[in-house]
Amino acid sequence: MLRFLLRRVTLIIPTFIGVTLASFLLIHAVPGDPIEVRVGEHGIAPERLAILRHEFGLDQPLWKQFADYEVQVASGHLGASTVTHQPVWDEFLTLFPATVELSVCALIFALVIGLPLGVIAAVKRGTAFDYGLMGVSVTGASMPIFWWGLMMILVFSVSLGWTPVAGRIGDAFFVEPWSGFMLIDSWFSDDDGAFASAVSHLILPTIVLGTIPLATIARMTRSAMLEVLGDDFIRTARAKGLSPLRVVIVHALRNALIPVVTVIGLQVGALLGGAILTETIFAWPGVGHWLIEAIQRRDYPVLQGGTLLIAVLVMAVNLGVDVTYGFLNPRIRK
Amino acid sequence: MSKFRSALLGAVALAGFAIAGQATAQAKTLVYCSEGAPENFNPMINTTGTTFDANKPIYDRLINFKPGSTEVEPGLAEKWDVSADGLTFVFHLRHNAKWQSTKTYKPTHGFNADDVIFSFERQWKDANPYHKVSGGAYDYFNDMSMPDLLVSIDKIDDYTVKFVLKKPQAPFLANLAMDFAAIQSKEYADTLLKTGKPELIDQEPVGTGPFELVQYVRDATIRYRAFPGYWGAKPKIDTLVFSINKDAAVRLAKLRANECQISVFPAPADLPSIKADKTLQLLSQPGLNIGYLAFNNQKPPFTNIKVRQAINMAIDKKAILDAVYQGAGVPAKNLIPPSLWSYNTKVEDYKYDPAAAKKLLAEAGFPDGFETDLWAMPVQRPYNPDAKRIGELMQSDLAKVGIKAKIVSYEWGEYRKRVQNGEAGMAELGWTGDNGDPDNFFVPLAGCAASRIGGGSASKFCNPEFEALIQKAAEITNQSERAKLYEQAQVVMHREAPFFLIAHSVVYLPMRANVTGYKMSPLGAHEFTTVDLK
Repeated sequence: MLRFLLRRVTLIIPTFIGVTLASFLLIHAVPGDPIEVRVGEHGIAPERLAILRHEFGLDQPLWKQFADYEVQVASGHLGASTVTHQPVWDEFLTLFPATVELSVCALIFALVIGLPLGVIAAVKRGTAFDYGLMGVSVTGASMPIFWWGLMMILVFSVSLGWTPVAGRIGDAFFVEPWSGFMLIDSWFSDDDGAFASAVSHLILPTIVLGTIPLATIARMTRSAMLEVLGDDFIRTARAKGLSPLRVVIVHALRNALIPVVTVIGLQVGALLGGAILTETIFAWPGVGHWLIEAIQRRDYPVLQGGTLLIAVLVMAVNLGVDVTYGFLNPRIRK
Repeated sequence: MSKFRSALLGAVALAGFAIAGQATAQAKTLVYCSEGAPENFNPMINTTGTTFDANKPIYDRLINFKPGSTEVEPGLAEKWDVSADGLTFVFHLRHNAKWQSTKTYKPTHGFNADDVIFSFERQWKDANPYHKVSGGAYDYFNDMSMPDLLVSIDKIDDYTVKFVLKKPQAPFLANLAMDFAAIQSKEYADTLLKTGKPELIDQEPVGTGPFELVQYVRDATIRYRAFPGYWGAKPKIDTLVFSINKDAAVRLAKLRANECQISVFPAPADLPSIKADKTLQLLSQPGLNIGYLAFNNQKPPFTNIKVRQAINMAIDKKAILDAVYQGAGVPAKNLIPPSLWSYNTKVEDYKYDPAAAKKLLAEAGFPDGFETDLWAMPVQRPYNPDAKRIGELMQSDLAKVGIKAKIVSYEWGEYRKRVQNGEAGMAELGWTGDNGDPDNFFVPLAGCAASRIGGGSASKFCNPEFEALIQKAAEITNQSERAKLYEQAQVVMHREAPFFLIAHSVVYLPMRANVTGYKMSPLGAHEFTTVDLK
């Protein structure tokens, strides 16, 4: 097991260098730099431009900038935003809980709805329900998040007035960000109704962000279940006279879950990607929102640092999934 | 847990009611749906309207713009004297302005001359301990040529400050009303320096303005409350909240749902439905801006005045306004917008006349037209909603008189740099006024200093007659005399035709029907001191 773990961890190092190099090159391939972007119609005197470029280290050759950045990261510093001048790590820590809160809710939503739907579709294979569900699931998986979010707002917030339009909590509530998780902070706040407001603000973004993982999980559960339902041990279980419900839930689903767990692990990356769009639509102050802003402002330290932190997170989750998988299935450890 | 919570809530609510009584019930909160997050809470080091809006409630300047106008009025300076040669300005400061406080800082005295000196020296002098704090790029202070203009700023006594200039500069007072000239507290700065956290001055701001910052939740909300110690007329609302929403559709949805009462920058396509909605009202005002197509006056064939005039006759301006601005623009015939003093109403715009244009081109030696490039910005700007579409309309009009224009575009930063380096033949660009002074349009867009390679001017126009007029107007302080000079300058500019002037855009601001007292700023700022809710 230790050798397996070591091998997995060693693989992370080249991935890590690859991610920093790719994000560095991509960001620098985009025309414009942090100074030119903010100059606007006023223009800038060449002498002043030279001074500012020197201060930001932009007058160095590209390879040197990258090498300096790697050394800086290796020594544990991600630098400071060129816009707000606050350390990237501090900004990330402030905003990350919002993204985690949204992603966790979206994942729970996807699991709670997606798993049973997949199971039912498999059991009722070939029926109208199965075809209907799989049709909806393909639509769900291919839905553009931006369009989907705006549609949900138009229907549920504007026309029906059931849910708030955007934000994490009603603007009337004054909640101290103690943990950074709005559900927790509002629960302990003195403001009556703050918690209910926080919950109501979570509904639409959760549905929008959870739709694609839901569709994926439902489809994966269905195909895994179909495979398992045809196995000998299921026939045996049925032959023993077990109730159909017990056969499906206890015997079939348990075995079908292994590939589903892998898919759930992979969804973490998809959720963080989807969060960028969802956060933009719902004015959700998380890291996705932050990165989009950083692209527009060519805030190199934020973009590089933020991408790196998210990549580390996805790698950690994937490692976690691999390790769990290794435990579940000894064949993989070899 | 839930029982405990209910009991706690009940107790808190009871206590709250007992203490606050009726006052709480009547507390007024205004939510403003803003378009973005401020970079931080210091208008000296930032250049975006978003950041200026977020700082305006907190800070004062020596001089203010009158709400809804480009005229100046006393701010932290109650009055001022200008010497006969226009080189010395003595400001008499207000005695009753108090500083706001934070969780960790309580001021021991009110505003005085030391604060003024600190605030300008922070931007001006390398030796100031705050000069490098928060990046230390004071773009506007530099853009408005303050380092070249200032000789000294001296304290005469606690409530009198003297500014000495190198040369007379009429727009100087208007410059001091701009956001970058905000006044910060010297005592707060000194206290933070001692605790080793000077950067907090730009994150937990202390000002003398009508509202004080209560809480900023990064990228989500900015919460202010009316500052009880404010020296001026008290705001009519108790709590002001900026709700940050980048997407125009979402901002409008929030407004319709009454989640905010004022919402900025509506999408043009939504204007008809906003007008039709009885629960909303729509304010509008011609913006202090100009969108134009600049000819590179130093690059043939645009060095030829007849070519420039011919193009002015060849393009159908009305068609552009109808197709692209869709009611959110007024046609431009002068570089400055009609709302600005000294606007010359007598100038008559070139008429759309392709036949006359063709004739002029033939006189200029181009009977069959010529080939050139036409640059279009890749981004939407306040003065130009769709540069590419406008470029296409111009391209087809120009083809009718034989000019084959190729549309060129670059990434925005690159575009601006190349245009200002003089690489384009014709380029769309524009300007938004900073301080409501005509000088702020003529000098950066058509003055000789800006026409150097890399200078701000896209037209690279440098005409001795025009230059003499605008230079003279900048040096005298009498506004009606200045206006006459600028009126003449506009006649010269019309004749020389360094631009094809497109439009001044109209700025719209939707709000709930129960919002009263809002005054739209011609400078594009959003201010809430005079606002009330019915």
